[in-house]
Amino acid sequence: MGLEMNGYRLDKSIEADSESEGLVEEIHGHHPMDDLLRTERLPHIWCPGCGLGTALTCFLSALRRSELDLDKVTVTSGIGCTGRVAGYVRLDSFHTTHGRAIPFATGLKMGNPELKAVVFSGDGDLVTIGGNHFIHAARRNIDMTVICVNNFNYGMTGGQAGATTPIGGLTTTTPYGDYEYPFNVSALAAASGAVYVARWTVLHARRLERSITEALLKPGFSMVEIISPCPTGFGRRHKQREGLDTMRYYHEHGVIKHGADPRETDIKLGGAIIEGKFVDIDKLTFLEQRARRLEQVLGKRK
Amino acid sequence: MKENQKNVLSGEFFMQGDIACAEGAICAGCRFFGGYPITPATEVAQQMSKRLPLVDGMFIQMEDELASMNAVLGASWAGQKAMTATSGPGASLMMENLGLGIMLETPCVLTNVQRGGPSTGLPTLASQSDMMQAKWGSHGDYSIIALAPSSPQELFDLTIHAFNLAEIYRTPVLVMTDAEVGHMTEKVVIPPQEEIEIVPRRKPTVPPEEYLPYRVAPGEWVPPMAVAGDGYYIHTTGLTHDERGYPATTDDSVQWPLVQRLIDKIEKNKDDIVMLEKDGLDDAEVVIVSYGIAARTAMWPIQIARDEGIRVGLLRLITVWPFPDKQIRELAGQVEGIIVPEINMGQIVREVERCAAGQADVISVPHPGGDIHDPQKVLNAIRKAVGREVEE
Amino acid sequence: MKFWREPLDLKDIRVPHGEVHVLTERCKGCGWCIEFCRRDVLEVSDEINAKGYHPPQAIKSEACVSCGLCELLCPEFAIYIIEKEGEATLL
Repeated sequence: MGLEMNGYRLDKSIEADSESEGLVEEIHGHHPMDDLLRTERLPHIWCPGCGLGTALTCFLSALRRSELDLDKVTVTSGIGCTGRVAGYVRLDSFHTTHGRAIPFATGLKMGNPELKAVVFSGDGDLVTIGGNHFIHAARRNIDMTVICVNNFNYGMTGGQAGATTPIGGLTTTTPYGDYEYPFNVSALAAASGAVYVARWTVLHARRLERSITEALLKPGFSMVEIISPCPTGFGRRHKQREGLDTMRYYHEHGVIKHGADPRETDIKLGGAIIEGKFVDIDKLTFLEQRARRLEQVLGKRK
Repeated sequence: MKENQKNVLSGEFFMQGDIACAEGAICAGCRFFGGYPITPATEVAQQMSKRLPLVDGMFIQMEDELASMNAVLGASWAGQKAMTATSGPGASLMMENLGLGIMLETPCVLTNVQRGGPSTGLPTLASQSDMMQAKWGSHGDYSIIALAPSSPQELFDLTIHAFNLAEIYRTPVLVMTDAEVGHMTEKVVIPPQEEIEIVPRRKPTVPPEEYLPYRVAPGEWVPPMAVAGDGYYIHTTGLTHDERGYPATTDDSVQWPLVQRLIDKIEKNKDDIVMLEKDGLDDAEVVIVSYGIAARTAMWPIQIARDEGIRVGLLRLITVWPFPDKQIRELAGQVEGIIVPEINMGQIVREVERCAAGQADVISVPHPGGDIHDPQKVLNAIRKAVGREVEE
Repeated sequence: MKFWREPLDLKDIRVPHGEVHVLTERCKGCGWCIEFCRRDVLEVSDEINAKGYHPPQAIKSEACVSCGLCELLCPEFAIYIIEKEGEATLL
């Protein structure tokens, strides 16, 4: 033991290293989440310091807590870094086209109402190119849980501006700083009729997990916005060269305000990031509305 | 036509083409329709919105055609037979996700009730100008099945057939009709349920641990399909994927077998898929090769020409894609001329030219859309092909 | 812990103890577990894994209270805690 390279120790043995007082080092071990993951595809493609792994961990943990029948849970995602989530979960999962995860999931749910439709995709995919589908699914109150990971840019393609990029944001297509007003994803969801809207950063992982559990169990269109670091696409252009810097930023700028009016939770560069459960109301779902109407009209004709 | 709770309304009807399409879908077991209104296909959606709730099906009018196509794919992946109906502008919007359906190998049906184009064109008038789009509309290399009915009865029959082909080959199937047939009201006979052949979805026979979503048995082309909720925990992606359904995008090693199989599963089974109507080909000097409404309206000029002593045959393409290369090549060797009337500026005629390979004269009788052919033009083309005088 | 007044149920409170497990080959060296462990159990090690990152190591493993925050925060599924039964201590 003790191969050295540039002063660093390389341990290349296949067997796990000996335990050093309460730390068990496993070279290729088994993580408690592994039975929900397609471990043959790990390590995943996300950058060091990317928050997607954390978002996924919180989601899987929430899924376990929700005690939903895993046979019936489907995960649909679109294109982008967040879109790759579908490829890592060991559930019926679909990696569809850019922006179209929500209508695909609508089809799944309508085709078999026993399925639990989860859409896990990014801000670019869901509210930029997919904006139309996002607002209509919320309007209809389709029973699905949408997890929108917001890293304020299109990360997969190198960090271009999207509908959520804040004013002044530097991206590869806004080299002089973004001058477009951005969307506030939570406000958009709430205004479109979502019954559950919450926003958390990946730093607030426990609360995020709890929110996702609530969203999964809530009938109707529930949306959890996850603010996540993207050091490669966004962070490093804004003096947050590593994911850790962005996490520290969340620590300083995160403000928890349950029940805040979503319209007052805009995110600006250098400003507070307001988090919490903003909306939690009850409304008949699309299928319930449909059943009621058909019962009213057709029931009479029998 | 009264709303009815039975799913197969056996009987004789005086029925509009679009309605016949919807009824055919319901007879075939379609229980999901996701669509968007567009002239001249709106009636399909309307009929489905009325009938599907009565047969425990699901109708949803989506916010646009992109959503419609995706909802259809999703419903198919939830185990339903699903369809949508649109026209040119909507079909253009559906192209990307038609490609997704092809890549995921999703059975579904897309009816294109063609109208004058390009762009908004002539919403209420027919054309056949999306025929090339049917084959090449989505990006990338693939093969597709497209059927062309020429009457409401045929639209009914071919819609059922489209669903069967979709299940057999695990592919989206296009029903390429047009505003004339779609909006024509004619006699349609719906047979008794027992006489309608329905192909069910082929499910995996092995347990989940042994199942790979895209593994194909040697000598076969199409994998059995486990859907969401079956407990198979499938993953599938629009990215080039291996047998497990996982992305394999670092080099072309998986691209080769995957794309080849997507093309071969249809092209190599052409003999089973291609459907042609032949009339008077045995001793023909010239032949009309056409499809859809243009084939039907060519029958009168053919009759007149025959009365004038011209030996003219008709080869009607009921399946336009995959294209019957072999049959056209053979035919071109036997006749002097092939005349292709179509309500577009010459689309399928290019395929005919390609297959004829110079063995016979290939004459296009184009039409920019908006009406059926003037029979005089078709007749003149026939006469010219055999060297006779033409009338203006 | 120092109390101004001893809580009435002090003898009933059990602080769990956890054993840290690190899957070193999965670590991408983001440093979050080290930064956000409230008990300062972890620090960067000098080891390098096959991808060239330094996984964490436990320097104060007796301080781990099995809160599981590192497990939840880790983006790589590379660290988890096993709560050691019977090793809970009094506050």
